[in-house]
Amino acid sequence: MDLTLTVNGSEVRASVEPQELLLDFLRERLRLTGAKRSCDVQVCGTCTVLVDGLPVSACTFLAADAAGRDVLTVEGFAEMPEFERYETAFMRHAALQCGYCTPGLLLTLKSLADHGELDGEEAIRHGLDGNLCRCTGYRSILEAAREVAGVTSVDTSDVGEVRA
Amino acid sequence: MTILERPALTEVGVARPRKDGREKLRGQAQYVGDMEMAGMLHGKVLRSPFAHATIRSIDVERALEIPGVSAILTGADLHDIEPYYGHAIKDRPIIALDRVRFAGEPVAAVAAVDEATAEAAVATIGVEYDELPVLDTLEAALAPDAPRLHERQPKVGLFHGLGNLGEQQGNVCYEHTIAAGDVEKVTNGAAIVVEGTYAFPAVYQYAMETHATIAHYHGDGVTLWANCQHPFLVQAEIADLFGLDIGSVRIVVPYLGGGFGSKSYTKMEPLTVALARKAGRPVRIVNRVDESMVTSRRHGMRCWMRTTAAADGRLLGREVHFWMDTGAYADNGPRVTATAADAAPGPYHWEAVDVQAFCVYCNTAPSGSYRAFGATHLQWIGESQIDEVARRGGVDPVDIRRRNLVLPGEPVRPDGSGKPLDADLVGDVERAAEAVGWEEPKRPWLGRGVSVGLLAAGAHPVSRASVRLCSDGSADVYVGTTELGQGPRTVMAQIAAQELGLSSDVVRVHGADTRFTPYDRSTGASRSTTIAGLAVKRAAENVAARLRETAGEVWDVEPEAVELSGGQARLNGEALPFPDVIAKRFGFRGGEIIEGGEVRPTGGATGSYAEGPHFWEVCVAAVEVEVDPDTGVITVLRSATVADVGKAINPQLVERQDEGATLQGIGNALFEEMRFVDGVIANDNLLEYRVPRVADLPRAMRSIIVENADGPGPYGAKGCGEGAFAAVPAAIVCALADAGVPMNELPLTPERVWRRLQELSQPTKGSDR
Repeated sequence: MDLTLTVNGSEVRASVEPQELLLDFLRERLRLTGAKRSCDVQVCGTCTVLVDGLPVSACTFLAADAAGRDVLTVEGFAEMPEFERYETAFMRHAALQCGYCTPGLLLTLKSLADHGELDGEEAIRHGLDGNLCRCTGYRSILEAAREVAGVTSVDTSDVGEVRA
Repeated sequence: MTILERPALTEVGVARPRKDGREKLRGQAQYVGDMEMAGMLHGKVLRSPFAHATIRSIDVERALEIPGVSAILTGADLHDIEPYYGHAIKDRPIIALDRVRFAGEPVAAVAAVDEATAEAAVATIGVEYDELPVLDTLEAALAPDAPRLHERQPKVGLFHGLGNLGEQQGNVCYEHTIAAGDVEKVTNGAAIVVEGTYAFPAVYQYAMETHATIAHYHGDGVTLWANCQHPFLVQAEIADLFGLDIGSVRIVVPYLGGGFGSKSYTKMEPLTVALARKAGRPVRIVNRVDESMVTSRRHGMRCWMRTTAAADGRLLGREVHFWMDTGAYADNGPRVTATAADAAPGPYHWEAVDVQAFCVYCNTAPSGSYRAFGATHLQWIGESQIDEVARRGGVDPVDIRRRNLVLPGEPVRPDGSGKPLDADLVGDVERAAEAVGWEEPKRPWLGRGVSVGLLAAGAHPVSRASVRLCSDGSADVYVGTTELGQGPRTVMAQIAAQELGLSSDVVRVHGADTRFTPYDRSTGASRSTTIAGLAVKRAAENVAARLRETAGEVWDVEPEAVELSGGQARLNGEALPFPDVIAKRFGFRGGEIIEGGEVRPTGGATGSYAEGPHFWEVCVAAVEVEVDPDTGVITVLRSATVADVGKAINPQLVERQDEGATLQGIGNALFEEMRFVDGVIANDNLLEYRVPRVADLPRAMRSIIVENADGPGPYGAKGCGEGAFAAVPAAIVCALADAGVPMNELPLTPERVWRRLQELSQPTKGSDR
């Protein structure tokens, strides 16, 4: 079936199989490999992209259902002026390790921020609970998210910020 | 040689930003699954549904007729090579030959134009199996009448490292014993005897990136792009398997999406190479999560332990018998078993110790390395018995450790062999306990626990590295350490920068490519900073010596008089930027200085396991937990871990290592468990296998760094990142017992804890402790 959608601000036209997943469409056809595959069952959040500004698990989202909609991947997000704020916060707190979950996490965070859903400690914790990270133990990610959200840190244990 | 005053540390000991940070944040970092080669095919694997069966026939005719299918590999294709591999024991065929020994064992593999075609072809392959009795538990595998899972005389692998393989008894593939003193005599004279049986579950590492390999078998050899932690060991195994020169096997390792041991040694590489060899084109195989779960996991274990002590809490003796379920093939089971045996006594003064460790074949998916293996298995058991001794002796848990712990410089192994203690354990325990409010009053159902242990770390101390200073004054570091997320690209840059008098901003660290990168044994056992880091430091020192040599010639002074800092050679207020030094050396604006550095066993040592670890990694943590007596739900309120690292090259990354280890430790302790039914994993997906989320993060999580410069690595450093993993589950078990709920089986699921609470409320049905 024929599909027209917007990906990272550009119009894309393609012919897709009805069962084709958005994740495969992005990764294999458009070669946008920033969205990663892991659990395949909408648990880990690694494949998160934004569709019309809302986070979806691209591993369980049909490419066909993105017809006429606006898809943002990390590659597109990284081009936006606001990205620098996220990048600075994540670099300052070393809030990534292997980096595999990072693009999905950033997009979830962006969507929460854009919708005013980062208005406090509990909102941040709740909002990020669907993005698994096996490396960091989350503490540094929460610190970076607080910085992005402008929420005062409740964490007194961070003594090792980058002193570049 | 002139002894120079050491320059102040400017690049080392500070939190430099991650070298790989921006690339990863922007989604530009490439992992194997993101890579494509010209002409590349996609591989999919048909795996056995049975845990134990003989294969009567395999019919691939229909699959071959599917358009787009290029090649199908079965055991019949391996007649021209000796198809068994395994770094410890060569017991595993590349693909099932005539028998499958675990559910998930590869039986056939298809290479096709895309994954969907390969998957469709796999579904049409017909296999006739004759089922055999399934030895799905340790008890079944160890039964006197159990059939042997491996009838071939085992051949020792290239990297067994644990001495000679003895005659195999039944399904025991490896044994390790530690004996010192007269344990029977000590037990008979003891006032306090604590004894119990314990169970530790199989768990999955869940590196978020699954195993992935691209292989291209061509006229000159084979090239692999693989997410392996130990490229040089995989290179040697592939060369050995396929009859190639080592140099004809090239392994390129990009970023890894986590490892934690799951990608150590050889995993999917031999099968991918065999399929590519048959297809004659590059082939990529990317596992699904359920496939990676049967590719590597942590050993389940059964254990019996007895600890004896005098009435005042002075420790006397410890006996430990344990059995590790290594699955159908040994993988790293022997080393896991030996490391667990080393951890079993715990770092205490004992009059007698008896450890008997067994690594056992079962019809389950193969077990290998997972962060802090061995120590994680045993520390919670040993430490819960220490706490029970303390309770009976009326001694505070911190105090009993203070009185009995091995002190710096004293032997760790009960028989006095191996590396003596290179850490201040008493100080570490005290700091951890203080950080969770040890002396504060406790409300009901709240408990605090502290745990201490040691992990034999460093693996074989062999690493080489090279450092290149380019004509523009920037530098490259070539080191085999794999970037799994733990941060070696940043740390190695800092070390080289420190020695060269450069900013780490202009030092680049590259991923391993065995064609160009100097040899490094492996990325694991917390060895990278300590061993590979020292090789980098030595390489950088050698580059610095060349710089001083040339600058000395320019200024007509001894090289030792020249100082290097800020990217310049300096002498008495004069300065020559590095590009000018190099230009002077070569007579034009080009050339480079490239030098190597080496770490190897010296002074008559061979680096063997028996000689003891390169260093002892400290495993110390304290936690505060609360249990809900109505539901059995445990909440970790506060945690503290101690990174006793000698010297933190990058303190921020040290903290991050222990924070990650803490959450993995919490997951292993509280809910992670692979469940097998007839040898088949019943929860092989993330819906049913739960890993820690944000909600599981303790509200107060401290990572304490201790720097006593007592490590063998650069600047007195020693490795970290694993110890906390062993220490956290142990501290949780101790804290839960402190809250009134002693437990003998992990994970501490609400159901298990609740049942235990019911049992405890009926005193006649007390436990075996």
